[in-house]
Amino acid sequence: MIDLSTSYLGMTLKNPLVVSPSPLCAKVDNIKHMEDAGAAAVVLHSLFEEQLTFESQSLNENIMQGENLSPEALTYFPEMSDYRMGPDGYLELIRKAKEAVNIPIIGSLNGVSTGGWIKYAKRMQEAGADAIELNVYYIPTDFDVTAGHVREMHEKLLRDIKANVSIPVAMKISPFFSSLPWFAKQLENAGADALVMFNRFYQPDFDLDDLEVVPNLTLSTSSSLRLRLRWVAILYGRVKMDMAISGGVHTSEDVVKCMMAGANVAMTTSALLKFGISHLETLQKGLVEWMEEHEYESIEMMQGSMSQKSVAQPAAFERANYMRVLTTYSPGM
Amino acid sequence: MSKPMITLDANEAVARVAYLTNEVAAIYPITPSSAMGEWADQWASEGKKNIWGTIPLVVEMQSEGGAAGAVHGSLQSGALTTTFTASQGLMLMLPNMYKIAGELTPCAIHVSARALAAQALSIFGDHADVMAARTTGFAMLASNSVQEAGDFALIAQAATLESRVPFLHFFDGFRTSHEVAKIEELSEETIRALIDDELVAAHRNRALSPDRPMIRGTAQNPDVYFQARETVNTFYAACPAIVQKHMDKLAKLTGRHYHLFDYEGAPDAERVIVIMGSGAETVEEVVNYLVKKGEKVGLLKVRLYRPFSQADFAAALPKTVKTIGVLDRCKEAGCNGEPLYLDVVASLNNSIATGVAKFNVNPRIVGGRYGLSSKEFTPAMVKGVFDELSKSNPKNSFTIGIIDDVSNTSVEFDPSFSTEDPDTVRAVFFGLGADGTVGANKNSIKIIGEDTDNFAQGYFVYDSRKSGSMTTSHLRFGPRPIHSPYLISEANFVACHQFSFMERTDVLKTAQHTAVFLLNSPYAPEEVWDHLPRTAQKHLIEKKLKFYVIDAVSVAKQAGMGGRINTVMQTCFFAISGILPRDEAIERIKYSIKKTYGKRGESVVEKNWAAVDMTLDKLYEVTVPAQVTSDFDLRPPVPEDAPEFVREITAKIIAGEGDLLPTSVLPVDGTYPTATTKWEKRNIGLEIPAWDPEICLQCGKCVLVCPHGVIRAKLYDPKHLENAPATFKSTEPKWREHKNLRYTLQVAPEDCTGCSLCVQVCPAKNKREVRLKAINMTPQAPIREQERENWNFFEQLPDFDRNQLSLNTVKDVQLLRPLFEFSGCCAGCGETPYIKLVSQLFGDRAYVANATGCSSIYGGNLPTTPWAVNRDGRGPAWSNSLFEDNAEFGLGMRVSVDKQREYALELMGRLSGALGEELVEALREADQSSEEGIQAQRARVALLRDKIKNVDSRDARDLMNLADMLVKKSVWIMGGDGWAYDIGYGGLDHVLASGRNVNILVLDTEVYSNTGGQCSKSTPRAAVAKFAAAGKTQAKKDMALMAITYGSAYVAKVAMGANDAQAIRAFREAEAFNGPSLLIAYSHCIAHGYNLTMGMEQQKAAVQSGHWPLFRFNPDLRRQGKNPFQLDSKEPTLSLDKYIYNETRYKMLTMSAPEAAKHLLEEAQQDVVLRWKLYQQMAAMYEPEGEKPSDEPAPAAE
Repeated sequence: MIDLSTSYLGMTLKNPLVVSPSPLCAKVDNIKHMEDAGAAAVVLHSLFEEQLTFESQSLNENIMQGENLSPEALTYFPEMSDYRMGPDGYLELIRKAKEAVNIPIIGSLNGVSTGGWIKYAKRMQEAGADAIELNVYYIPTDFDVTAGHVREMHEKLLRDIKANVSIPVAMKISPFFSSLPWFAKQLENAGADALVMFNRFYQPDFDLDDLEVVPNLTLSTSSSLRLRLRWVAILYGRVKMDMAISGGVHTSEDVVKCMMAGANVAMTTSALLKFGISHLETLQKGLVEWMEEHEYESIEMMQGSMSQKSVAQPAAFERANYMRVLTTYSPGM
Repeated sequence: MSKPMITLDANEAVARVAYLTNEVAAIYPITPSSAMGEWADQWASEGKKNIWGTIPLVVEMQSEGGAAGAVHGSLQSGALTTTFTASQGLMLMLPNMYKIAGELTPCAIHVSARALAAQALSIFGDHADVMAARTTGFAMLASNSVQEAGDFALIAQAATLESRVPFLHFFDGFRTSHEVAKIEELSEETIRALIDDELVAAHRNRALSPDRPMIRGTAQNPDVYFQARETVNTFYAACPAIVQKHMDKLAKLTGRHYHLFDYEGAPDAERVIVIMGSGAETVEEVVNYLVKKGEKVGLLKVRLYRPFSQADFAAALPKTVKTIGVLDRCKEAGCNGEPLYLDVVASLNNSIATGVAKFNVNPRIVGGRYGLSSKEFTPAMVKGVFDELSKSNPKNSFTIGIIDDVSNTSVEFDPSFSTEDPDTVRAVFFGLGADGTVGANKNSIKIIGEDTDNFAQGYFVYDSRKSGSMTTSHLRFGPRPIHSPYLISEANFVACHQFSFMERTDVLKTAQHTAVFLLNSPYAPEEVWDHLPRTAQKHLIEKKLKFYVIDAVSVAKQAGMGGRINTVMQTCFFAISGILPRDEAIERIKYSIKKTYGKRGESVVEKNWAAVDMTLDKLYEVTVPAQVTSDFDLRPPVPEDAPEFVREITAKIIAGEGDLLPTSVLPVDGTYPTATTKWEKRNIGLEIPAWDPEICLQCGKCVLVCPHGVIRAKLYDPKHLENAPATFKSTEPKWREHKNLRYTLQVAPEDCTGCSLCVQVCPAKNKREVRLKAINMTPQAPIREQERENWNFFEQLPDFDRNQLSLNTVKDVQLLRPLFEFSGCCAGCGETPYIKLVSQLFGDRAYVANATGCSSIYGGNLPTTPWAVNRDGRGPAWSNSLFEDNAEFGLGMRVSVDKQREYALELMGRLSGALGEELVEALREADQSSEEGIQAQRARVALLRDKIKNVDSRDARDLMNLADMLVKKSVWIMGGDGWAYDIGYGGLDHVLASGRNVNILVLDTEVYSNTGGQCSKSTPRAAVAKFAAAGKTQAKKDMALMAITYGSAYVAKVAMGANDAQAIRAFREAEAFNGPSLLIAYSHCIAHGYNLTMGMEQQKAAVQSGHWPLFRFNPDLRRQGKNPFQLDSKEPTLSLDKYIYNETRYKMLTMSAPEAAKHLLEEAQQDVVLRWKLYQQMAAMYEPEGEKPSDEPAPAAE
């Protein structure tokens, strides 16, 4: 009997397949479907503090823009007794999801203000979230912000939240740090229970007809996985935190690679958006088949087996690897 | 134990009682009563129950006539039923009121009394409407204050149940309906105590029922009608005592004791004023003041006006009275006296004759008029009346408050006379419409009213423009109840929330000596003095004002509130006024913010709180210098070169001095000159578009969409540039055939509102810096002078020859002079671009019938008129009749024009000898389908006039008068969806069926915009509106489809933002069609709840989502054997949610009722799919047999 179980954020999971944030996670029915299809845990879609603020502000602005403008129209909208503003809907989703499924539910949070991060993290805990993933989606565009500032901001945020919640906290970061191993260590020192690698920053595109910068959402592919594999493999065994790979997990083989690199869990979203929630069944089935075929008994057995410290050529993850790729490149490849 | 107090306005106080004591309310919005229906609807949607524990059913009807019919039916079927209305709405209810009274049906309706449209419409308060209802048989009960309005609503309800006489309870529109006051709360226990369930049961038992059938509403013949009409007399005779009984009952429960007629003043008064309505409060204040000074004056308040109790009236008057002045708040032209006066005369005549009234000497009775259309009625005017009454031969049928130098009816008064309580804080605030000033002041009144022992009163004055308007808030606070229903003329606190008002308004005129002045100033305390006009500096010095400034905009921005300064200014007011200790005030403000905004999200509350916390550090007292130093003064309201009427009359109204205009200078019949907005340089746009000729494609889109007509283009001979100002821009035209000319795009800098719709639609981008377009918003102030000069130069450039233009293209239409300009519509309005287009294409020969609504307000509300004239002095002839009759009004114009043309043709025939057969034939058969043809016809008419000018015959004189009718006239019937879909639909339908050549333009905002966002039958499913707070569950009426079924009317749906060329094509086809045309134009609106800068983008989304398919149905094509139904938009490519959730009217439902929103979205999406299929099938169905499907391409958006 193959043992698929793994641990993540102090929880024992039945397998390493975790659903990462996407709009699919916004419905309880989908979450139920995910559990049925084999998901070991679900990270809900991100609660964006900025969006909550925007919605609240724009509702207020739009209601008030015509108020007391003319003696005949002192208002333009009926006064509602209540609005489900702010995080209410999200927290309700956590509560309902917890009622509906047995797998862990992890809240995901993207804040802009310290107060906002802490406030919403506490509320997620109160609503029953098993853990929180901090989705630090931050693009430094201010020329006065140094690399040090960015690092300190991440650390402070983490410390503040850890001081206010008792459930485990995972830190989802971007790959754009000058010294990722060192930075990972700092996060660990700041109390991170897991590192989720990596955030996928959606890169804007140019619309040449309208000369406009337009958002461009493309789903990840298996090729996105390599960046993650490298860094998880490098960090494995050198940090105590759990590690999750997010981005590029599309096939059973991808899951195997994640495990071998040293990840505790493999998170998948794009593949589910592309193939449907049932794809989780395919992934799990494929994983079992691969393990059977290759005679692996457990996930634990393969975890970290191809990390930098476990492979024969550690340099494969370093600059030497780059040199080798370049020198062996041919146009026909 | 102190009585529970509540701070609210009369509309709310009355609605509360009516709601609690009724089971059904049939309503329809009309100013100033709309809020009563809105309250009822809101409470019903919140599940609030009446005193019997059931939620009243609130139903919105299509008109007041419809509401009255529904009330009648509901009453006949046994439910306790009410309605709320005013003015023309009450007029539409009159027929049913006779029925309801004739059938002795208990019912109380509530009217915020308002002027009737006569020489002009007025939304403001007087008794013209209720007086017109005095013959219906309804009892009439008048409230004088907010407190009384609530109390009398209850007395009316109680008395109608017992007396069976239906009641019209009224109170003064705006002055009472909208006054916020701290009053004693009418408890539910009290309300319950006055309503007798047995009487309710009796009402039900009289109702129609198939279980005990009978009929009511028979037709009667001469034999019995008369006697049957007299059967009700005993009920009317008993009614006054029943009313008094319930007044006494209320007194026992509340301590507030009213009588049918309440006398106040000296027991031995010799001069007595008889009055009803809010004016009585003012008279009482003056009577109390004068009696203390020993004067023998008194006041008789009329509470129950119908049935008029002669005995009670006579008994209430002191026997010592020598002169009675009866004041009516209405005008009955040609009468012997206004209604109340005649009632008093007749009543006393009878009482004296029968010995019921015994006076020392029979009093002299005179009548007078006051306060029409909310004209101020001040203590000074009351004193003027008392002074008049003391004369040996006082004027009768006098007026007070105006200068009538034509009929000399007015009595004089000393405006400086004041009875203000010295212990009252009187504060006046000047704010910009929608800047939050009024809302903040309403909050302040609540804070003071509910958290201190002070009494509080607030009244708010708005101007009639929907952009850049000024609001003035009048707040009184004091230790004693406030009975002063008139504006503050001596304020001890003045706040100006917009610095720009300083140069256009004398805001400190009302400041009393040593008052406090708070100014929102972008200038620092040490700089502000130099930016004040001389008048303001003079006030500050001479009145020794304490002067504070704050840069509220900066504080608000810093707090994350954008430019919304209300919270900042409110905090300043409390900090300076000292009404509450500072810390307590701040705590109360924060609590109030939480209460007001809490449900809109935490961040709104947090930002407001942040603004409160930041404010006090930025509030500075300014040391007022000893000398006036400014080298400028208040800006004149109009330039010196304006026409005489504008200078002498319009300018006074603009300057807020309209009250001082005497009767002699005003037109006798409501006729005013057009083209006057151009003289009122409002300078309200902080940023205006600036043109970059290098980038400009000269496409004309910006000109087309400009709601305000401020951005214009001309093509002209370069020779005209000879004396051009240095900064005047021009460039080579992008018309191949006009390369030898010059092209200029010019903005009217002082008329632009800064809405930036033009920049949004500009398709040309600067290739070196794509954020820049061919027009870019630029701060107005630095370029104001330069651009004013450029605009003036541009104005005198010749207009391009219309004959040389291709009027189907946006590019060429930009060169047509708009004859609708600079209106007071909302900045970024979605309606006015269409109106402007009509004026450009057809304005020089157009009649416009305009339904009451937004378009009649920004189109016809004094002081200025946007309808303009061209170089020849021609322009649209505009009029507004009513709300409900506009289609018929326009049809009347058409048949009038047709008849006069027909007669002119007949006269030509009779005068063919003098005219010559050739000219007669040419005039008769002229092809006027093009601009060229029309100009040629005008030339022929000129020739005709020349030929008959010396012919001395009646026919020749008649033809001289009628000759212009030989030139094609274009009749436009326009209005909003409230008119077209609801109240005016019957007429509109009839006009469509008439076959007459009229053009109906429906400015479809999908909601009643002018009265504040009530649901119409055009409101789409899933949208939230007043009276549809839970989201509209019915689909939008497809009026275009209904019109198409006639087969004989031209019908088109257009959305300028989606396809401008299609819109122009449709307008031209509609006008060319010799029959009725219906154009339904998607009009984005402030009531949709988003930044109107994106209005045209939303129009595009409306079409792309399939919510607003574009099409044209042209019966002419059918006659030509072609497909008349041209679908001009493509199959929907955008899901409906992507369109609708950009707008608050839809989005708010996802927040207030997510499940309902989801369900309604699904249904609305289904509506789209089905409608599209239907239209596709229609396009196929109308395809002529044997023909290939039409390959005529839809006009492509340019």
